Amino acid sequence: MTSVTAPAARDTVLAARGIVKRFGALTVLHGIDLSLTSGEVVAIIGPSGSGKSTFIRCMNMLEVPDAGEISFRGRRVVPRFRAAGETLGLGELRRHVGMVFQHFNLFPHMSVLENVIEGPVTVQRKPRAEAVDIAMDYIAKVGLAEKRDARPDQLSGGQKQRVAIARALAMQPDALLLDEITSALDPELVGEVLGVVRNLAEQGMTMVLVTHEISFAADVSDRVVFMEAGRIAEEGSPDRILHNPDNERLKTFLARFHG
Amino acid sequence: MYTWSFAPILQASDLFLWGAWITVVYTVASIAIGLVLGLLLCFARLSGIGPLNWLAQGFQELFRCTPLLVQLLWIYYALPLLLGFDLANWAAALITLSLYAAAFYAEVFRGGIVSIDKGQSEAGAAIGMSGWQVMRRIVLPQAIRRMMPAFINQSVTQFKNTSLISVISVAELTYMASIVNGQTYRPLESYTVLAVLYFAILFPITKFADIVESRTRGGH
Repeated sequence: MTSVTAPAARDTVLAARGIVKRFGALTVLHGIDLSLTSGEVVAIIGPSGSGKSTFIRCMNMLEVPDAGEISFRGRRVVPRFRAAGETLGLGELRRHVGMVFQHFNLFPHMSVLENVIEGPVTVQRKPRAEAVDIAMDYIAKVGLAEKRDARPDQLSGGQKQRVAIARALAMQPDALLLDEITSALDPELVGEVLGVVRNLAEQGMTMVLVTHEISFAADVSDRVVFMEAGRIAEEGSPDRILHNPDNERLKTFLARFHG
Repeated sequence: MYTWSFAPILQASDLFLWGAWITVVYTVASIAIGLVLGLLLCFARLSGIGPLNWLAQGFQELFRCTPLLVQLLWIYYALPLLLGFDLANWAAALITLSLYAAAFYAEVFRGGIVSIDKGQSEAGAAIGMSGWQVMRRIVLPQAIRRMMPAFINQSVTQFKNTSLISVISVAELTYMASIVNGQTYRPLESYTVLAVLYFAILFPITKFADIVESRTRGGH
């Protein structure tokens, strides 16, 4: 199935347009637009409750938006597992767009290796041997080759999160969504996880990261988006957003980090 | 002082063994059918489709809030009047036990499934799994582990409940004991042997359940 791609969207991997999300009477996203070009790293920062996690979860439709649309490589995503023609189903979207969660969400009944081959074997229907090769490659990249047979409950938080990253990478996705992936970690374990993300950025992985690590966000991203009360309040290059912000709220927000 | 005499009972040991075998057959068959129906009921409850959920819940409440004995009498004596044909006693017994088991197993399954953290199914969905793949590969393997103690307890109850089908003359263990009693006029011995047989079968199973339960607690 070949979709007609508009010239402007050629290099756009993932795009959100006018995303509105309500939980009951509460509107948490008031129409968010964000598009992600190939190889780009976008960091979303903002105070707690600004809607940044809800928004990143809308990008792979773990939260289905009440209005607006998500498109992947020019194809509009519909909230069904399978879709035909010009539209794209959730199954295919998520095969191309991986996600890493704040609380890791590793499968506790599986070893490290089994966690990582689960997607390639069950979803992509790869032969087990091939899936193991791919998985071991990524498990080694996150520095956990010797832990391949360990169970998640035998790992530290940082190790768990690195396995979760390997699990997402084993699908060989076009883009990764990282949802506050260091927020549940002890401070001394944050570095090892951020190191893995930095390597991915250097290798050209397209990523959206929601984070509280402001200096890391500035360091690793091409663009920083500041969200406030369900809206994008300001966006731009890391240098401009962090050192020369226009928005008063952003100034206040950053002041907390600059101390 | 009562003089115990087990000799006449021992002569009827064939009847007891046959009765025990029939009890096991009804238990195993009704557990097997109850598991399948219970899983379907549970999926209906979790389907998010209103009418399906209400139907399944109504069925569950009906069987959980009426005594098994009443269900048995109703299905054997009353239902045929609606159907227009008679049900054999073995069929009425098997149907009632299975439906009763299904209502309770559905709740055991549902409890196990909803106890699994939502992050687990999200992680499955996020690598592109379908709802069914998430259920089969991620949720059920964890839920089954967690529901094992309740499942074994319910099955022990199911084993004991088969004694009720003796009232519609299914020749299981309890029915055989009353036959032996009728022949020997030895109720104390007949029903003591009956109780001992139930105990001898179920005690090891409940001990096994305790081991499973402590293992589950020791796990996640």
